[in-house]
Amino acid sequence: MFHRESGYYKTTYAADMELFPLPITKAAIVVICVLFFGLFPALMTDYYISVINLCAIAVVGALGLNILVGYTGQISVGHAAFMSVGAYTAANLATRWDLPFWITLPAGGFMAMGVGLIVGLPSLRVKGLYLAIATLAAQFIIEWVINHTPAISGGVQASIEVPRPSLAGWDMDTQTEMYYFLMFFTALAVIGTLNLARSRIGRAFIAIRDQDIAAEIIGINVYRYKLLAFGLSSFYAGVAGVMYTYYLGIANYEMFQLPISIDYLAMIIIGGLGSVLGTIFGAVFITLLPVVVRVFMETVGVYFVEGVYLAQVIAQMRLILFGGLIILFLVVEPEGLNKLWQNIRNYFRVWPFSH
Amino acid sequence: MKHVRSGLLAASVVAAATLQAATAQADEIVVGMQCDRTGPTQTVGTFLCPGYHDYVKLINSKGGIDGHTIKVLEIDHEYKVPPGMEAYQRFKAEGAVIVAIYGTPHTQALTPLLHSDKIPGTSPGFGSAAAANGTKYPYLFPIAATYWSQGAAAVQFAKDQLGGELKGKKIAYLYYDNPAGREPLPILQKLAEMEGFQLKEFAVPPPGVEMKVQVQDIARRFRADFVINHTFGKAPSVSINEMTRNGFKLSKMVGLVWAAGESNIMGAGGWDKAQGFNVMQFAGAGSDYPVLDEIKALYKSEGKDAPKEMDSTVYYNRGLLAAALHLKAIENAVRAKGGSSDITGEDVKNGFEKIRDFTLDGILPPMAITKEDHEGGGWVRIFRVEGQGFKPITEWMHGYRDVVVEMVKSH
Repeated sequence: MFHRESGYYKTTYAADMELFPLPITKAAIVVICVLFFGLFPALMTDYYISVINLCAIAVVGALGLNILVGYTGQISVGHAAFMSVGAYTAANLATRWDLPFWITLPAGGFMAMGVGLIVGLPSLRVKGLYLAIATLAAQFIIEWVINHTPAISGGVQASIEVPRPSLAGWDMDTQTEMYYFLMFFTALAVIGTLNLARSRIGRAFIAIRDQDIAAEIIGINVYRYKLLAFGLSSFYAGVAGVMYTYYLGIANYEMFQLPISIDYLAMIIIGGLGSVLGTIFGAVFITLLPVVVRVFMETVGVYFVEGVYLAQVIAQMRLILFGGLIILFLVVEPEGLNKLWQNIRNYFRVWPFSH
Repeated sequence: MKHVRSGLLAASVVAAATLQAATAQADEIVVGMQCDRTGPTQTVGTFLCPGYHDYVKLINSKGGIDGHTIKVLEIDHEYKVPPGMEAYQRFKAEGAVIVAIYGTPHTQALTPLLHSDKIPGTSPGFGSAAAANGTKYPYLFPIAATYWSQGAAAVQFAKDQLGGELKGKKIAYLYYDNPAGREPLPILQKLAEMEGFQLKEFAVPPPGVEMKVQVQDIARRFRADFVINHTFGKAPSVSINEMTRNGFKLSKMVGLVWAAGESNIMGAGGWDKAQGFNVMQFAGAGSDYPVLDEIKALYKSEGKDAPKEMDSTVYYNRGLLAAALHLKAIENAVRAKGGSSDITGEDVKNGFEKIRDFTLDGILPPMAITKEDHEGGGWVRIFRVEGQGFKPITEWMHGYRDVVVEMVKSH
């Protein structure tokens, strides 16, 4: 409608390799950058900023899981445990040696990656449900180890307070400052995943997902790439854990338990497996759903339910809607929110004509 | 394309609803309250939160606090931290002057924010014991006995029950293997050294439904003289049954505050199965308090039955305790401002630190919250399962207060 996708000829390899080849996508990226790095933090109140912050962290974590589940086809139900590995690594480094975030954050990622590589080892031998159980075991083992090792967990409480991240003497302690901090890494993670997906590694992942025997035949070292997928996925998880730790100012293993792993799985399934945009949609969707349901019920529900019982109804309603929506998505649009978005886009692409 | 359009429509409706999120009116005082009605601790939240609401309703029906009505914003966070953070930001945006936190990880995550936003938060019965130190955590108020106070009081109770002397006695500590479960350990170990009793720890791994080995050890090998039971969720019920099965007298066991609800007794098979079991409370158990009659009368005047949540007196009364102390602190703040509803979190914090001798005829302990002591004295009361309910067997008490205070200070 607004633009044409034909008529652009690539004359150099560099042009061919571009991440966003169309002018409209470039314009869109600029607009998104202006919105997220200029307008939003300037115009929004602390509350909305804080909600976006939570979404941003969820996006990074979900991207990691999507690399593993969506792109490579390996299942993991221990994602939250890797986040806790990153969180505690960063918290220990930041409190014991006063290291700045630009060291602790990658360190948390790499530590989680190391643990992820070990946990990924069973994936070389087992597949599907069996692998799911193996990663479930990892979730419990990691939780137990953190819980029972004072050297890691920082004592009986198993929680470590971390100072606010600071850069060249600038302490980031307001919601808006944290917003920039988190958004920077989220943007990095998004661009990283977009590029990963179209690189040799990403294509190898996809080949393994689609048919691992065929992938092996065309010369992909399946073992190496499966492990790499586990490592990368855990790296993202670790980074998300560190972001979380800095955002909350505390590392606590109770924030990374099994239900959180399940939440992350729900995010990528609802958003769309094997799609970066879908991951963002899913992460935002799952994070915002309770908020939206509550606000909706507070505005509309008051006409149906009496005041005292409203709180109870809202709480239960959220669970019902949450479950209901997941089923609805799986039935109506198994490819997730991403596919829904594509439908809308394809519709408007040729609008007002039907083809 | 129909479903795309209807999807867009639905999305815009939701967006419109979000924008319309009601903001508080000027003469209202807003209170933020986290709750867990749907998560792992729903057995507590389902009863605790209505207790809170009912007390606020009672005060509002009497004209509020000096004419100002109280508005409670409840947000259910399912015991997950991100929704808890979102809830806090919402409370803050709506101008809440006080926040009832729910959950230990939430308390820890919110502590720095409460401090920088100058909004007092309360964590009755959970959170870190060190938070009782008002000098170090000026905006965090446990307002009930912390795990250290509970541990100390349990030892005191054991001492009284075992004839006033603990030297050479054996005390078993049966606990849920998580941070909250381990929290009383330092104080117990210290007291064991002081009093010369033998302390042995028995961890029950989550979810705490299997403890045969631990209980057999306690009852047959270790042969404990007394058991301190610090378990959560389903575990207290299981422990009651296992103890009985191994011939251990329930009167020689005391359950700390989260092993003390009606639901724990029902889970063990009802009152008859738990006769003699001692439980520790930081708000009075049972329904024999005038304030509860007032709430019932209020419902009756509206032509309704009293809410069924009132039957679970332990948790309901704890919700009432939180509400009563919050509103008392707000009242102190409003009075200090000469009756104005224009109060800040800082005023409410000062209001908390003025609470003395406010017991609502015995449902609350005789606490005195001061600038240094945000726990209000660490009061508990022991009840025993007798007949079809909890009967108080001690007065409001605390144990080894000096040891606890010393520990809080040095932490």
